[in-house]
Amino acid sequence: MSSLTMGNRFGQNTALQSSSNRPNTLTSGHRACQGCGEGLAARCAIDAAYAAAKGKIAVVNATGCLEVVSCSFPDNSWNVPWIHSLFGNTAAVASGVAAAFKNKGQTDVRVIAQGGDGGTTDIGMGCLSGMFDRNDDVLYICYDNQAYMNTGVQRSSATPALARTATTMPNSQYSGSDPETGKNVPDIAMAHGIPYVAVASIGDLHDLERKVAKAINIRGAKYIQIHCPCPLGWGFPTAETIRIARLALKSGMYPLFEAEKGVLVGSTPIEDQIPVEEYLRVQKRFVHLFGRNAVPENIGILQKIANNNIEKYRLGGMSDE
Amino acid sequence: MLYQLEGSQAVARAVALCRPEVVCAYPITPQTHIVEGVGELVRSGQLENCQYLNVESEMAAISVAIGSEAAGVRSYTATSSQGLLYMMEAVYNASGLELPIVMTLGNRAIGAPLNIWNDHGDAMSARDAGWLMMFAENNQEAADLHIQAFKIAETLKCPIMVCMDGFILTHAYEKVDLPEQDKVDEFLPPYNPVFALDPKSPCAIGAMVPTTEFMEVRYLAHLRQLEAKMVIEKIGREFSAKFKRNSGGLIRTYQTEGAETIIVAMGSVLGSIKDTVDDLNQASSSNKYGVVSVVSYRPFPDEQIREALKNAKRVIVVEKAFALGRGGILSREIELALNGLNIEIIAVVAGLGGRVITKAMLSEVFQQPKNRLIFLGLREDVVRQEYKAVLDERRA
Amino acid sequence: MFQIRIHGRGGQGVVTAAEMLSIAAFLEGKDAQAFPSFGSERMGAPVVAFCRISEKEIRSREPILNPDAVIIQDKTVIESARAFDGIVEDGFVLINSPADIETKLNNVRMKCIGATEIALEQIGRPIPNAVLLGSFAALTGVIKIDSVIKAINTKFSGKIAEKNIKAAQVAYERTLGGI
Repeated sequence: MSSLTMGNRFGQNTALQSSSNRPNTLTSGHRACQGCGEGLAARCAIDAAYAAAKGKIAVVNATGCLEVVSCSFPDNSWNVPWIHSLFGNTAAVASGVAAAFKNKGQTDVRVIAQGGDGGTTDIGMGCLSGMFDRNDDVLYICYDNQAYMNTGVQRSSATPALARTATTMPNSQYSGSDPETGKNVPDIAMAHGIPYVAVASIGDLHDLERKVAKAINIRGAKYIQIHCPCPLGWGFPTAETIRIARLALKSGMYPLFEAEKGVLVGSTPIEDQIPVEEYLRVQKRFVHLFGRNAVPENIGILQKIANNNIEKYRLGGMSDE
Repeated sequence: MLYQLEGSQAVARAVALCRPEVVCAYPITPQTHIVEGVGELVRSGQLENCQYLNVESEMAAISVAIGSEAAGVRSYTATSSQGLLYMMEAVYNASGLELPIVMTLGNRAIGAPLNIWNDHGDAMSARDAGWLMMFAENNQEAADLHIQAFKIAETLKCPIMVCMDGFILTHAYEKVDLPEQDKVDEFLPPYNPVFALDPKSPCAIGAMVPTTEFMEVRYLAHLRQLEAKMVIEKIGREFSAKFKRNSGGLIRTYQTEGAETIIVAMGSVLGSIKDTVDDLNQASSSNKYGVVSVVSYRPFPDEQIREALKNAKRVIVVEKAFALGRGGILSREIELALNGLNIEIIAVVAGLGGRVITKAMLSEVFQQPKNRLIFLGLREDVVRQEYKAVLDERRA
Repeated sequence: MFQIRIHGRGGQGVVTAAEMLSIAAFLEGKDAQAFPSFGSERMGAPVVAFCRISEKEIRSREPILNPDAVIIQDKTVIESARAFDGIVEDGFVLINSPADIETKLNNVRMKCIGATEIALEQIGRPIPNAVLLGSFAALTGVIKIDSVIKAINTKFSGKIAEKNIKAAQVAYERTLGGI
């Protein structure tokens, strides 16, 4: 047993997930792929919410990988009240659940809506915006694996620039997803002026747990987006999920921050920024950016995105914390 | 107590008497006055303990109701036309999840071309969605059906759509007898679902169901629809006993005893039909004509309709929707119900997109139906001219 | 059965007039049905509303094609809305106009009254509907002025109700005197 492991297990900063008291809201035996970032993120997030809300939570799940792998008749991996309705209406269903508990005087029951990036940033956007607009007492968690993985890796509006998906296949004329496209839903959430918006990653478990625990007890609409690498969709070995998530953080490709009522209040500084190549090279979805036929400017496009993130979300060691 | 009220207000007050705990509102003509009315009752404190949500679309309206009903509280919304189509995915979902939502459908045509007026095209688009569907003949019945609807839906764990003709009923002022709150409370007990989202006893709702069970789930839903026939009749009888008024049930007959020709229809056109039939019977001093009102369209009361129509020589179905390239929809269902009986069935498609239906038009078509499929008041000259132009264009 | 058709423009309270008429009849224990000519008319567009009053249950829902009375809230719609179409023999025509109007109608009982002027004078706003109902009660006798007053009180409250009632009463008296 190394001292590092000892530190993680028994130290002051033990993550809930690494403690023997973790609630296990999403039990083992579910059907997620080996190395699934989303499954891991969901267990960490819902465990953290469960602990912070003293077990009083209800979860609404969008159609997608997480729903299919966790609740397929006759099996159910959820140890919390859970409902799946449709792909695009999750935020609205959660609004209804919250309204019901409010009317019953049970505002101690905290309501979570969760879905993948497709179910959130694309088809669920209308209902999500409506939930934000009404400031309904719901924490919406988007597990962002940056494409439609459940249907076989098609592009979503959260797919990063130049990434290969089944509907943005690179060839001699195209280099993956068009860098002029895509939307930043955390920014959109902030523009609604809701009480709390955060971006987290399974590459930083303490931060993820802290943000969920903070959000779950705030009244009103909350949005947390969690970066969840997908071994199958992104093309990397299943043991590399956490490492890839951390490379995204270190490169600036996935900025971690928090905002309250539309104002940035904190971000996780990057101490030693790595070039984006280190993050990109280990994923098959970016393989066309390297090698003989690669367009040299493309890496520059992505590096610029990372640098912009660092500036925009103040990741350059100028954190408010 | 008697009131002179707009149909929408009558329904809003009837809904409020049922003490819904979550109401979602999204405006669409001609339903809008109903959700406005409920909202006013919530804001003024007349409807207490109710969450009223202004949502951003019909998809959200029905989805909020799905969520609140799943969390165990009585939920209500209303829509019309395009709104119903926009929420259709969730309409199927609500019945599949066995959530007894009550929704008013202020019946209106479906575009294109855009048309805000009444017909039954919207309702027919939802006929296989697994909801119960009842049609109100007048505003009294619209109000009464809502009070029954919550009880029927919650008994069966099946959502129900109360259909009332847009504008013709929703915007008409007439006399409505609204019951006292205590009587409605006696009739309709608080909603107490067996399963609901509850941290004390977690359950999962809406699992994916594989090929080995899906058919069984659908068949059970089918059985529930068949069972609904008994439940609707029973609750209709309970309502009549309690409120001393006949409303609801599966069908209603009018002057059918000995009638050679029986007119079948749903909704507000039945009033003009009954007046027309009275005039015709009076003129011939006989009881040649009768009327059958279809109150419950889903489930479809085959046996009751067959019984009511079996002695007729001719059945004329007046229907406010049709299947393009195919003909009548209600009349097809009547044909199935009368299968094997030697009865002539005439489909009269009428009132599409709010086209006026007059007693004179009805009288003429009842006495001398010229075809098996008639489009009442169709401007044939316009159709001929336009169709010729289309053919000419194609040739050119 | 007594059938009334009301013509006017959006914003003049045409639909409210039909509604109040039906409430007045309802308060007298009669069956009444009022409905607008359904549409998405905006302010200023021609509007029609209907009202049926009967001792028996009213079931028919066709538009009123042969009115026993026509109320014209805005005389500029008479031609375009074909406001006089189908009026029954010896029917009533009530027009919002301070001066008499020449029409081709025979065998009708016609009354012109400056309802907008009365409304401006009594209410301070050019909304002629309640005024015309007062006049209608006097002209036809189908409903009592007391019922019209009660109907106004159900629809409005406070100062607005008071002023509308006064205006209806003025029109009622003038119409009685003028026949």
